[in-house]
Amino acid sequence: MLELQGLTKTYKTGDTALSDVSFSVPKGQIVGLIGPSGAGKSTLIRCINRLVEPTSGRIVLGGRDLTGLGVRDLRAQRRRIGMIFQEYALVERLSVMENVLSGRLGYVGFWASFTRRFPPADIQRAYRLLDRVGLMTHADKRADALSGGQRQRVGIARALAQEPELLLVDEPTASLDPKTSRQIMRLLVEICTESGLPAIVNIHDVPLAQQFMQRIIGLRAGQVVFDGTPAQLTESALTEIYGSEDWTAMRKGHEDDKDAEADALRRLSVLPA
Amino acid sequence: MTTYPTTWRRPPQIFTHRGWRIGLQLAALIYLVFAIGTLEVSWARIAEGGERGMRFLMGFLSPDFSSRWRDISQGLIESLTMTLTSTVVGVAISIPIGIGAARNVAPAWIYAICRSIIAISRALQEIIVAIFFVAMFGFGPFAGFLTLSFATIGFISKLLAEDIEDIDEAQAEAIRATGASWAQLINYAIQPQVMPRLIGLSLYRLDINFRESAVIGIVGAGGIGATLNTAIDRYEYDSAGAILLMIIALVMVAEYSSSYLRKFLQ
Repeated sequence: MLELQGLTKTYKTGDTALSDVSFSVPKGQIVGLIGPSGAGKSTLIRCINRLVEPTSGRIVLGGRDLTGLGVRDLRAQRRRIGMIFQEYALVERLSVMENVLSGRLGYVGFWASFTRRFPPADIQRAYRLLDRVGLMTHADKRADALSGGQRQRVGIARALAQEPELLLVDEPTASLDPKTSRQIMRLLVEICTESGLPAIVNIHDVPLAQQFMQRIIGLRAGQVVFDGTPAQLTESALTEIYGSEDWTAMRKGHEDDKDAEADALRRLSVLPA
Repeated sequence: MTTYPTTWRRPPQIFTHRGWRIGLQLAALIYLVFAIGTLEVSWARIAEGGERGMRFLMGFLSPDFSSRWRDISQGLIESLTMTLTSTVVGVAISIPIGIGAARNVAPAWIYAICRSIIAISRALQEIIVAIFFVAMFGFGPFAGFLTLSFATIGFISKLLAEDIEDIDEAQAEAIRATGASWAQLINYAIQPQVMPRLIGLSLYRLDINFRESAVIGIVGAGGIGATLNTAIDRYEYDSAGAILLMIIALVMVAEYSSSYLRKFLQ
């Protein structure tokens, strides 16, 4: 389905963000991309739809090479790839409906989009998606009137409006609380499973990745250092990805969080209701 | 146990050497003394000016709206027409130039062209432009309209371009990722982010253009400024006072209504 061959990205500053990354994602597979910050996770998924231009290597989506496409062809190929962003990246001053319909921009001409006259099928699809993510009643609200979890749902609906063949998801839960994070991850996984949609999910939260992903790829300093199932992601594999000190600190941090959460719950439970 | 100092002084920030500091201060003082010496202040002229000023003030205190009302009202209508048309035309031209002058949405060569247009428009002060247009197209409000449109382009384009450069890039990236074209990117990601500020700036410019229309009239570009100039030339300070009061009142109305509207738009 998606195949990356020797993908390399060197920034103008001389920093190598990715070196020789190769893997393939079959239809319907949900891949979690983990690694410390600066490992090149964000660069990797942005190379796939060429928001970042790769230095060398090939990206093949459904038999079509995406590298070296001209502007017009690139637009047509970007429609096939839906993207969901870290801070939702909704256009705040547009309505929820406009944000969802903006997923159709690659399909409609300028005048149709400028006058907001989208084809009936697009409007119907947008309503269906809003209903799917549970925001049917919010269609005409402005995007900045929604909560974080709701905004991310709009982001998901926008990406799905493209009728993509691949989903790129960049830290979908980074600005959400733990409970909402799990809800959003569950929704994402459900939607991908329903339609056999492959997805690459950048995720810094290892337990969350282990819980929801079918396959995990670990990046370290721009190289793939782990590729396997969540069950295979052992302590030693994590140490390999994060480096021994960082991993211990992260695990400890996570345990502290859990302890703090448990403690807070305990304290809350003794308070008179 | 260590003893800590009880005194502290802020260390000099720019010139760390004491000699430089004293030397520069001294040089600035000497320059100031000599500069004042070259001004040739004439006390006789000051006294005379004071007397004229008093006459002007007296006229101002007894404004005469009626005897030149036809000229005043015609001048005001000309000024208001000039203001409104030049703002609309100026803003309409500024939008494409402003987009072209934003580094994050325009290619380098368009950026260079649009930035030069802005630089030219901003470098030439309204009065100079007005003199030029009056020489080209003759006296009257048409020259004023052109002048104000030209000045509006420099003002709105520059501020719009800066606002576009300051947008939240994530929103633009998200729209780009859907396969949107450049025009769609501008319409969906840029316009919603800059629109409130563009409207605010246009209202502010409307207000500036009215004030400027009074100034450029003096060099012959029509409007209330021309009427004011005529009144002063004829020593009709009472009529001039009336005109000034009208200008002040209109500027205040424009000021308050535009600031109210801008607040409403935020």
